[in-house]
Amino acid sequence: MSFTKVNAPTLMRDALCNTLIECAERDSRIVALDADLVSSSGLKPFFKKFPNRSINCGIAEANMMGVAAGLSLTGKIPFAHSFGPFATRRVCDQIFVSQAYAHLNVRVIGSDPGVTAAYNGGTHMPFEDMAVLRSIPEITLLEPADPIALANLVTQLSSDEHYGIYYLRVTRKDMPAIYSADDKFNIGKGNVIRAGGDLTIFASGIMVAEAMLAADALSTEGVDARVVDMFTWKPIDAELVERCASETGRFVVAENHNVYGGLGAAIAEAAARTRPVPIEFVGVDDRFGQVGKQNELQEIYGLTSSAIISAAVAVTGR
Amino acid sequence: MNTEQLTAFAREIRVTTLRELAVPGFGHIGGAMSIVETLAVLYGKHMRYDAGNPHWQDRDKLVLSKGHSGPSLYAALSLKGFFPADMLTELNKAGGRLPSHVDRTKTPGVDMTAGSLGQGLSVACGIALGDRMDGRDSRTFCIVGDGELNEGQNWEAVMFAAQFKLKNLTLLVDNNKVQLDGWTNDVMSIGNATGALESFGWHVLECNGHDVGAIDAAITKAKSDSRPSAIILDTVKGKGANFAEAAAPGNHHMTFTAEQIELAIREVLK
Repeated sequence: MSFTKVNAPTLMRDALCNTLIECAERDSRIVALDADLVSSSGLKPFFKKFPNRSINCGIAEANMMGVAAGLSLTGKIPFAHSFGPFATRRVCDQIFVSQAYAHLNVRVIGSDPGVTAAYNGGTHMPFEDMAVLRSIPEITLLEPADPIALANLVTQLSSDEHYGIYYLRVTRKDMPAIYSADDKFNIGKGNVIRAGGDLTIFASGIMVAEAMLAADALSTEGVDARVVDMFTWKPIDAELVERCASETGRFVVAENHNVYGGLGAAIAEAAARTRPVPIEFVGVDDRFGQVGKQNELQEIYGLTSSAIISAAVAVTGR
Repeated sequence: MNTEQLTAFAREIRVTTLRELAVPGFGHIGGAMSIVETLAVLYGKHMRYDAGNPHWQDRDKLVLSKGHSGPSLYAALSLKGFFPADMLTELNKAGGRLPSHVDRTKTPGVDMTAGSLGQGLSVACGIALGDRMDGRDSRTFCIVGDGELNEGQNWEAVMFAAQFKLKNLTLLVDNNKVQLDGWTNDVMSIGNATGALESFGWHVLECNGHDVGAIDAAITKAKSDSRPSAIILDTVKGKGANFAEAAAPGNHHMTFTAEQIELAIREVLK
């Protein structure tokens, strides 16, 4: 069955807010923090419904991360949002010391990953957020590919099943539908969403749909590509990487992030430790962001299905 | 505890801290000594806690944001029964439970991890807010250094505490006038901290940070105000450790001999 790129019925920010409200109705420990971006993050309905559990910290992200840590010390489950760059690189030390090193329990939400920051441009366009956080021990890094995945992860992170520091890299706007309601998301495990034996395309976020389109195009050329939604970047699913290496022998990794320190690097490390295979990297080649429409920027930075197809052809020839 | 007992407790914390520091023979002695009386008043009188149940939710909490002053906090906690005195020999030992900078996961009674300066007041705001959300009447104390106020995040937290009317939060500024590289006025003056805090809507008190009676009175006053309170403690870096006092402003971190420590203890006990 071929993949068609159709937007999911729910905007990502609505999925985020609606799910948080559902979770907060069940559990009074859920609190939301934002840094003067409530109108952008989509959390307004949450702030309206739970004014006593909603904290607008103003334009002060470092303090917000500390306040979230303090709330966690009193048993709360804080979800703290800012735009991706300001939820990560700006507050790396606060996340490191006040949250992770202190072994607290916080969910950090960074919105507008990579090119999805569009007209906000280079200052707001994180190609480095995952790399910034990845070297912090024990942190978990997640990038859901559609609203169903996002809602599922937020629900899981609202429970006692998960304790620690979790970073959710999420777009605010439309995402192509990938999943159906009963699909499962096991944090720390990748989802094989398309079977195939000639190579594996690992992808995340907006690149999952591109990978599916690429796989369909490749199949008409007789190349049978497996697609994995690697929505957990850390801890990387090394077992799945090894299995895909054994079964398909070649990888393409596609990410809306700098290729240095990103998903491709994580997968290459895992493969190198288990079963080294040729890998091609589709991502941002160590460049800064800039203004533009998302689809224009995807062309400029090579974050497209055609870039994945070229990489698949290249890796097949290696 | 009355004033006399608090004075005795402070002396005990100071001596215990010096003996603790003598084991490794080096450490952040200056800032550990300058907060001794404050710790005595907190743990001897004002803070509500259960040494046998350090995670008791209804306790008062202390965020020692100037995390390098761990040694005197460890002494106070040990004297109050959070852990046995022989554990104090673990200071700065690899794999030990008393790291140079405070760590909530390692030491019973340490409420928050700190060490990267400027972060503790934000955490204290979160604790105070969380306690208030759940209807607990707990109070959160946060100790920062005057040099530490160079860090801009403190001022974000100051705004936050005022905006959210955190009257259950008390900031204690250890105004010992010295930072690592020298006198605070020579390195990076914090200007008029009292005026700055007042301008953000805080209730600010000033007192002699080595007078347990004055600290006690200030904390009592802070508790009854409807605003977040700050107490600017006029202190001496290295206070009570004569060799460290004499070394100011070069007394942030020092090496010392067992003999120096013994002489200092004799002075304290005079």
